[in-house]
Amino acid sequence: MAVAHGQGKGFSLWGGGVHPYGISHKKLGMWLFILSDALTFSALIFGYAYLRNASANWPTPFHIFPSIMVSTLMTFCLLSSSLTMVLAVYNAQHGRNAAAAKWLYGTIAGGVAFLVLHLNEWRTLIGEGMTVRANPWGDSMFGGTFFTLTGMHMFHVLTGVIYLGVMAYRITRGRTDADGIEVSGLYWHFVDLVWMFIFPLVYLMSVDMGGGH
Amino acid sequence: MSHGREAEGGHKIESMKVNYIVWVWLLGVTLIEVFLAYMKVPIHIMLIALIGLSLFKATLIVSWFMHIKFERRSLVLTLIPAVTVCILLLNIVFPDSFRLKKMAVNRTEKAAHATEVHH
Repeated sequence: MAVAHGQGKGFSLWGGGVHPYGISHKKLGMWLFILSDALTFSALIFGYAYLRNASANWPTPFHIFPSIMVSTLMTFCLLSSSLTMVLAVYNAQHGRNAAAAKWLYGTIAGGVAFLVLHLNEWRTLIGEGMTVRANPWGDSMFGGTFFTLTGMHMFHVLTGVIYLGVMAYRITRGRTDADGIEVSGLYWHFVDLVWMFIFPLVYLMSVDMGGGH
Repeated sequence: MSHGREAEGGHKIESMKVNYIVWVWLLGVTLIEVFLAYMKVPIHIMLIALIGLSLFKATLIVSWFMHIKFERRSLVLTLIPAVTVCILLLNIVFPDSFRLKKMAVNRTEKAAHATEVHH
């Protein structure tokens, strides 16, 4: 059993009133939320992969131009927004709240750009006849799994944009500290991390190999 | 160590340089992934390569951007093995997808055979 430095023998770090992990409770709470959300996304990705593997005619509707180029641009937006998020945390930790808020707005801009590009892609696919129940290219399950997986991720991005907007407002008013910004950063990086699996497994693995739809 | 300091004891970013390097790496690996799709690499090789590259990117993000590299080992050992084991256990459903695929292929072959006999 771990014993805190400077405490008497028999004092337990796990007895309550201390921070055994050396982080704040809200940061630990966010890590636990991320852990549970990682399992949610894993289940969705495994469901998608299961149905794809079981299907004899899974659609491959994405062409390099424009679909993959647009989704690569979306990936660039998210990766860059993660960098601006780190810059926001860095400035908040050094007491530069105005700069932290500025970088948070930069992160929000990256998230909004991602959402706009993604919604435009959905609009195009729906225009081509893809719905949750059917699509013109092959197995009908493609639409349901695609919209569920990417829709769930889009919902997380939208939630993150709102969350970061609130945090930018709060740090400008001095109502939160660097720890609060870092916790919001954990959420944003997780949203970025999930896309690092959706982009290759859903988009790059569904590139039209030239066999037509 | 006082409780307050312990609670604040996260990693403070002293320099942004390494984070810029991580960002460039992430972009570079993404471009490699897109290149693989552009080259139309065989699907099984593509799948293995993409999973490997995605795991590499995830490790970079969790280690540097989410600072877990600088957290206490107790936190890392609480979070990472648990989520890894749970995700790996999801693989238990996969053999069933091969069974379904075989059934679908058999159905298609039977239908084709029936059409042939009919003609």
